[in-house]
Amino acid sequence: MKQSAIEISGLRKSFGKQTVLSGVDLTVPAGTVFALLGPNGAGKTTLINIMSTLVSPDEGKVNVGGYDVLTERDQVKQNISLTGQFAAVDEVLSAEENLRMIGRLSGLTAAQSRLRTMELLKAFDLVDAAKKRVKTFSGGMRRRLDLAISLVVSRPVIFLDEPTTGLDTISRRALWDIISQLARQGRTIFLTTQYLEEADQLADQIAVINGGRIVASGSAEQLKARVGGEVIELLNAHDEVIHTVPTTGSIQDISRTLNDLAHSVPPGTRVNIRRPSMDDVFVALTANKKEVLHV
Amino acid sequence: MIAADKPVKPASLMTTNLVFISRSLRHSLRNTEALLMAIMLPVMLMLLFTYVFGGAIDSSGDYVNYVVPGIILLCAGFGSSSTAVDVSNDMTNGIIDRFRTMPIKSLSVVTGHVVASLARNLFATGVVFGVALLVGFRPNASFLEWVLAIAVITLFILTFTWLFAAIGLVAGSPAAASGYGFALLFLPYLSSAFVPTDTMPSWLQGVANHQPITPVIETIRGLLTGTPLNDSAWWAVGWCLLILAIAFLWSISSFRKKAGRR
Repeated sequence: MKQSAIEISGLRKSFGKQTVLSGVDLTVPAGTVFALLGPNGAGKTTLINIMSTLVSPDEGKVNVGGYDVLTERDQVKQNISLTGQFAAVDEVLSAEENLRMIGRLSGLTAAQSRLRTMELLKAFDLVDAAKKRVKTFSGGMRRRLDLAISLVVSRPVIFLDEPTTGLDTISRRALWDIISQLARQGRTIFLTTQYLEEADQLADQIAVINGGRIVASGSAEQLKARVGGEVIELLNAHDEVIHTVPTTGSIQDISRTLNDLAHSVPPGTRVNIRRPSMDDVFVALTANKKEVLHV
Repeated sequence: MIAADKPVKPASLMTTNLVFISRSLRHSLRNTEALLMAIMLPVMLMLLFTYVFGGAIDSSGDYVNYVVPGIILLCAGFGSSSTAVDVSNDMTNGIIDRFRTMPIKSLSVVTGHVVASLARNLFATGVVFGVALLVGFRPNASFLEWVLAIAVITLFILTFTWLFAAIGLVAGSPAAASGYGFALLFLPYLSSAFVPTDTMPSWLQGVANHQPITPVIETIRGLLTGTPLNDSAWWAVGWCLLILAIAFLWSISSFRKKAGRR
């Protein structure tokens, strides 16, 4: 039976006079990767903090792993693992000590904890750095350790708050690989990101949050379709678009369109087939705060 | 291999506390500068008071017997003040969110710092006593009096450590925590630690005689060197327990309030 890992309805939260979340509804099916996309200050971290029991909601219902975050806090905690926006690692301890500490705190025996630490150090390519203090780690290593720590024991729901912010391209891709691997094991992953490419690459479902509201949700394809389908662009010698024609993207349609156009365009005209990118979606959706799209 | 085994039972409160205590002890041992300071500073102060000021305050040469209990408390206050910084460091780091979202009593992270501070300070107190004996401190306490004196010192360290932990919890940053802590460290100077209170102006005597540090010092002094105890032991224990209870409750409530806010 496929249940929802996360169910949120009518969630509101404000800090003093500042409204951070104004009526959020979300459902994340178990075993899927969900990306929450939004600019800085949109309410992403607050939403994660509420789902992970750090902050209490003002209004609305929030269920994680089948438990209510307000009334069944302890059960929720047994079902989640949080990797916050800032690497949650102990800088004074070594990588190995960090993992073993979390192992013991998670209820593993000392021996189990040692074993699990070795496995994770290997899996996250940290064996050489195992004994070094985390203070000396690079951003990428720190993030890998951070993620390894959240996987010490198996939790069905994993929260990743901006997991790749501040990482270089190589570290980012390495982290993406790990996240995809986790997804294949059937965990539910809820991640927030400012990077559209990241949401596009990893997520089954994406929601765009802006000004404390979900302004759109759906698969990457659905969101792109909202902004418009594929177009054939004709460019002149200066790379300026002189003509655009919508297309279905099939060979037949493209070749028919190009045949029709071939006679009427000046020599030197070039062709570009453009699909709307997630960037187009993002800009379109977050430009106007009032507009609410449902896909 | 990324997959973990089947779900496990959450750690017991006992295990949680032990893990956090060992974490804080490791932190203490690795912060060699702070550890060295916590031991060196009181030793230097004692040498300063005995050899530099001592002659002027009491030319009989007996000042060392008077000042050691004061130095011990100054040492304990100073040593426990670093708890404010340790706790504040944790509260401003992402790691606290991880602890809070685990199925454990996360306040244990503070308990860990408190126990480590107690261990650190008792060790430093031992060193100070050692040096004191070398420079002429001659206590005349019986075994029982020693045990009682150490018990009072331990209670004092515990009280001040929880107080500094609470300060660390409410302070906005480690630097602020350190600043607030510093203010408290003036208390021993306004007590009978270094000079008898009857040498002070009368308005100051009122403050000095009725602040918590004075009875604690008089108790330790009485137990170790045989000066009259009067009722200072009761005042000492009473003050300590009162401050300890307030500091503990204050810690619990500010720890809760700080959730999700860094």
